[in-house]
Amino acid sequence: MKDLLSVIRDEFGKFILEVREEDLPTVIIKRDGFLEFIDFLRKEGFNHLLDLCAVDYLNYKPEKKIERFEVVYHLYSIPKRELLRVKVPIAESDCWQYSLTSFWKAANWFERECFDMFGIRFKGHPDLRRLLMPEDWEGHPLRKDYPVELPEEKEWKAYRKFKTKAKGAQ
Amino acid sequence: MGIETSTVELAPSIRQIPGTPAFITPVDKILNWARASSIWPMTFGLACCAIEMMATGASHFDLDRFGIIFRASPRQADCLIVAGTVTKKMAPIIKRVYDQMPEPKYVIAMGSCACSGGIFRTYSTVQGVDEFLPVDIYLPGCPPRPEALLYAMVKLQEKIKGEKGKWGFWRR
Repeated sequence: MKDLLSVIRDEFGKFILEVREEDLPTVIIKRDGFLEFIDFLRKEGFNHLLDLCAVDYLNYKPEKKIERFEVVYHLYSIPKRELLRVKVPIAESDCWQYSLTSFWKAANWFERECFDMFGIRFKGHPDLRRLLMPEDWEGHPLRKDYPVELPEEKEWKAYRKFKTKAKGAQ
Repeated sequence: MGIETSTVELAPSIRQIPGTPAFITPVDKILNWARASSIWPMTFGLACCAIEMMATGASHFDLDRFGIIFRASPRQADCLIVAGTVTKKMAPIIKRVYDQMPEPKYVIAMGSCACSGGIFRTYSTVQGVDEFLPVDIYLPGCPPRPEALLYAMVKLQEKIKGEKGKWGFWRR
């Protein structure tokens, strides 16, 4: 793993923001060099996409973050039995990331969930719809500025209509 | 000759005509007895409360001894146990299941979530299933023990046994 990380540092030096080796090797990389980097990792044997998620660092106190969002990838190499974490910071004003659906079919629903919950658009995704929330839902609930409880007048319209209709029938 | 002198009382308001296999009782009583002794709940679970519901139906607690048998179709069921957290996205589906059940039908809100939203006071959770269903029995607990569900079913039986005139064309 040490060799691989030094190769990564040499080859992708201009894109890499940070390399960490705390709990598991973590590479924080700019979005520009991301696709080439993933392609390189696949050739290095990281053939399994374990997890894909996003983090919202709005008002994050413990550490200074460059951008508001981070998309986190966990890659596993089945032949080498090694785990690697890749993080990509995403700006709020420029809220999109490259899709990995052309590399892994598994990325499809992960990215849909990520888009649903954080509103990060994935460029190249074949069918970017909401996965968990209803299709006519407004807002992205896992953003830190999304309220936990919505006031009555901001409630999901379809449910409000349903509720008043059901109340009338009773 | 009055009904008191020519018949024998076997149980409260059940009288037998001596020497015959004929009994006299109010229609309410016999219908309520039949309904209360064969509550057929819908096989429908939403969250962890459904696990307790399954345990209640299984051999250790055994709902069958009350005549309570889970039915896999809403058209054969007459009780809806809302067992678990109800999301706003799920609400229309529950309502549809309820609408498909034939009258008379009863609703048990099982668990804190179905009663009031419970700990989930959030944008996506229904704050109590009584927002869109007429609930007969509220059963709190997170999740309620199988004994508690048994108690709720017995309470529902008591409620059914106390109903009056819920039959015939003039039911409502």
